[in-house]
Amino acid sequence: MLDYLVRRLLYALPILLGVNLLTFALFFMVNTPDDMARIHLGVKRVTPQAIEAWKAEHGYDRPLFINTQATGVDQVTDTLFVDKSLGLFAFDFGMADDGRDIAREIKTRMWPSLAIALPTFLVGLLCYVSFALLLTFFRGSALDRGGVILCVALMSISGLFYVIGGQYLMGKLWHWFPISGWQPGLDAWKFLVMPVVVGLVAGIGDSTRFYRALFLEEMGKDYVRTARAKGLSDLRVLFRHVLGNAMIPILTGVVVVIPRLFLGSLIIESFFGIPGLGSYTIDAIQAQDFAIVRSMVFLGSVLYIVGLVLTDISYTLVDPRVRLE
Amino acid sequence: MRSLLRLLPAFPALLLAACTEPPNNPYPAGQSRQSVLYSAFSERPKHLDPARSYSENEYVFIGNIYEPALQYHFLKRPYVLEPLTLTAMPQVRYLDAQGQQVRADGPVSFSEYELRLQPGIRYQPHPAFAKRPDGRPRYVPMDPAELADIERFTQFHETGTRELTAADYAFQIRRLADPRVQSPLLGFMLDYIVGLEALSQAIGEEAKRGARERFIDLERFEFPGVTVVDRYTWRIRIHGKYPQFQYWLAMPFFAPVPREAERFYRQPGMAEKNFTLDWQPVGTGAYYLAENDPNRVMLLRRNPHYHEDYFPAGHPDAGKRLPMVDEVIYSLEKENVPYWNKFLQGYYDASGVSSDSFDQAIRIGADGNPDLTPDMRARGIRLSTSVRTSNWYLGFNMLDPVLGGLAERQRKLRQALSIALDFEEYISIFLNGRGLPGQGPLPPGIFGAREGKAGINPVVYTWDGKQARRRPLADARRLLAEAGYPGGRDARTGEPLTLYLDTMDSGPEAKSRLDWYRKQFARLDIQLVVRSTDYNRFQDKMRKGNAQMFEWGWNADYPDPENFLFLLYGPNRKVGNNGENAANYQNPAFDRLFEQIKEMENGPARQALIDEMVHIVREDAPWVFAYYPKSFALRHGWVMNAEPNLMAHNQLKYRRVDGAARAAYQQRWNRPVWWPLVLSLALLVTAIWPVAASYRKHLRAAARA
Repeated sequence: MLDYLVRRLLYALPILLGVNLLTFALFFMVNTPDDMARIHLGVKRVTPQAIEAWKAEHGYDRPLFINTQATGVDQVTDTLFVDKSLGLFAFDFGMADDGRDIAREIKTRMWPSLAIALPTFLVGLLCYVSFALLLTFFRGSALDRGGVILCVALMSISGLFYVIGGQYLMGKLWHWFPISGWQPGLDAWKFLVMPVVVGLVAGIGDSTRFYRALFLEEMGKDYVRTARAKGLSDLRVLFRHVLGNAMIPILTGVVVVIPRLFLGSLIIESFFGIPGLGSYTIDAIQAQDFAIVRSMVFLGSVLYIVGLVLTDISYTLVDPRVRLE
Repeated sequence: MRSLLRLLPAFPALLLAACTEPPNNPYPAGQSRQSVLYSAFSERPKHLDPARSYSENEYVFIGNIYEPALQYHFLKRPYVLEPLTLTAMPQVRYLDAQGQQVRADGPVSFSEYELRLQPGIRYQPHPAFAKRPDGRPRYVPMDPAELADIERFTQFHETGTRELTAADYAFQIRRLADPRVQSPLLGFMLDYIVGLEALSQAIGEEAKRGARERFIDLERFEFPGVTVVDRYTWRIRIHGKYPQFQYWLAMPFFAPVPREAERFYRQPGMAEKNFTLDWQPVGTGAYYLAENDPNRVMLLRRNPHYHEDYFPAGHPDAGKRLPMVDEVIYSLEKENVPYWNKFLQGYYDASGVSSDSFDQAIRIGADGNPDLTPDMRARGIRLSTSVRTSNWYLGFNMLDPVLGGLAERQRKLRQALSIALDFEEYISIFLNGRGLPGQGPLPPGIFGAREGKAGINPVVYTWDGKQARRRPLADARRLLAEAGYPGGRDARTGEPLTLYLDTMDSGPEAKSRLDWYRKQFARLDIQLVVRSTDYNRFQDKMRKGNAQMFEWGWNADYPDPENFLFLLYGPNRKVGNNGENAANYQNPAFDRLFEQIKEMENGPARQALIDEMVHIVREDAPWVFAYYPKSFALRHGWVMNAEPNLMAHNQLKYRRVDGAARAAYQQRWNRPVWWPLVLSLALLVTAIWPVAASYRKHLRAAARA
């Protein structure tokens, strides 16, 4: 297993380098350092000297990939790419272009994101799997058909509708929870309930159908017939054997998501006023803050790789046949 | 434990407040009754350093924290400057090249502003002023181990204050020159403040010699532009005559910054914790920033050291000590829908009117005037409207061979388009009536702008005895034919006339607006091609003069006609000179007049020259004067003194709130409705029954099988 993990980590390095290279190329294809300076300096009375000063101050006065003015190794190292990339691999994200410390910002903002995403994820998983098991148990019945129709209907509705509808009903009409906002500490609970409920309801349709499909596929397999032939009850077959054997595809979808829960949800956080990471990257793209963009893309890639490795490890836990070598 | 015991007597009150609070109240229990103002911000501020900030959404905060020498009178219109921290308005002396005083109407090499400060003004509590018993600064130098334990700014437990001095104002002007501060005003002020450029270069050289972000003693550099005469007096010397300079003295760029703050924040490790002057302001204003979490809330709290300041005369609150509200809480609210709903619930004291909520809030009367809907009236909501000190225009690139230049053919083509573009309709459709049709470059309320018949643009409008009427389309067709494009075709080639509009708008939401433009041009049988692009490409096209037509606007820095007319001053053109004259308009007659009026005091002579300038640009039509935006603001009845003052940035100190009334309304408007919850639970329980029945049936069927 250790060999496998070391190998995966070594694979990760060129992937991260490639992602970083792509981020640089795409960002500077759309924005020039002059554009970035103008965005940060404002639209009024900006002089060319101010733009040059801003670029020099933030290190954007250097060439992107090849420095033809330099000699030897410096041609490659004395460039924007190397200068801004090295720190990333040490998880030193540095300062945003507006002067704020990025690591501190991420640390501060990831907790509200987690506070929303974690309960939505855990309670959601429990609800969706239970509902899917229920429909599987009553497969072919009116209950199953009604459940599937409900799921398809819920899938067909835009996520934004759930947000606005939830705020309208629970916040505006019935006055149960604040429409938006956030308080740190224990006071956060009353701001959490509504987005979590909205997140749960919004996810019922597709998740339940996905899990139901997995369970139905398992139900048709030989081991289920054997278990039944041995006289096991339907409930026991369902929870003990079908659920157990469906864990690999469930884990494939679930574990990879866990690290990304830190990154938050743009729409939920925006509408509910949650100070999470959901909008951090989008705001940075709009503000052309390259320091944040590259840090968040890098972090997202790292978390994705971690998620995949965790998924592989989890396979060994649920299926003894799987060995990581 | 002891502190908990001390709180014990307050527990019943807190419990009662918690029980009587509506469950959807986003604020701590009982707070609504207090002297607190609730507001929101939609975009996190980027800079709070007064040398660096140049944006309205940042001035909302720092305008109430920092105190420039001058301020706009809260009530007087047109806008009038008055001393804020000064004993009197600045005294201006005009000097020749040798520094000898000369008459204002003669040749002037320098203007020298002398400002005298009121004694006794003190800074907000701040750790930069904290002292050890021996008088040395408590946190300078900062022990790295101690700094490592500090995560939040409030963990600097020891604070201090000191008296504001003239040197602090001088220090801030030196900071404008510091290239590390990156003040957006530096490039502009280099032309005015004597010695600023040399100072900037010297600081830049010094910064290269060591750690970039270290403290550099700015006061040791030679700088003839600012002289500190004594503890309370300083002089600023600028090149030539620039009467508008006094308006800059009312902006945060020229607010005082204490040297101690710069020394404090420039210590190693501070920036990594976001402890910078750009993040944690230090001012003498009515409020200080008690909590700075731009992802959630910005909290302004009353400055306990705020100097004597009273509500101005001519108002029921005249003579009352300012500020009148203890705290102002700005919550981050990115979306309009929750903002509006929370306003209607009483959780925000004021709101703008977005397009989504316009019909719910406003109805336009038969006379065309806006009024509140009955629902809003029943809630005691009040509406304030004001014409903003801004303009919006459709510009023609005067370097373009088809539309540009001062020749008769192009001029008539532009005039024809000015008539054909029906901005009354535009204002009605896209702005819900929140705008006035433009008559020239100067919005109403600015000196030089005329009203009534004298104020109309005769190229586009006629006067019907009561109001301006847009000229008929036939006039536009006639001008188009005279320009050589009868029926929208080039008379020489027979080719249809195709024009190009560059815009940053794209996507479905912009489609209707851009379709409207196409329709307007089609009325003259002119084809319009809309070239939508992103912000960067658009700016680039403008700088290079590659756009033919474009939309642009200007928000005044100060209420002087010079601040609008300079947008059409030839040497200020965008192409080549990188100025703000986006149309690249250049008319020698206009430029000559501009050079005269920019140095004149307001009066009949200046008005006459401005009239002449406005006449020239109306005839030349480098812009279609589209509209002057109007701002609509709603506020609840419990908020007082919210008269719009579009130039002042320090209005919070005048606000007054009736907290008891607010709490009562919040209670009334937010009674929880519990029956849906009971019904949902009942339905859930009921749903279990058929499932259980089905399960039993399933088991029986399995047993039989």
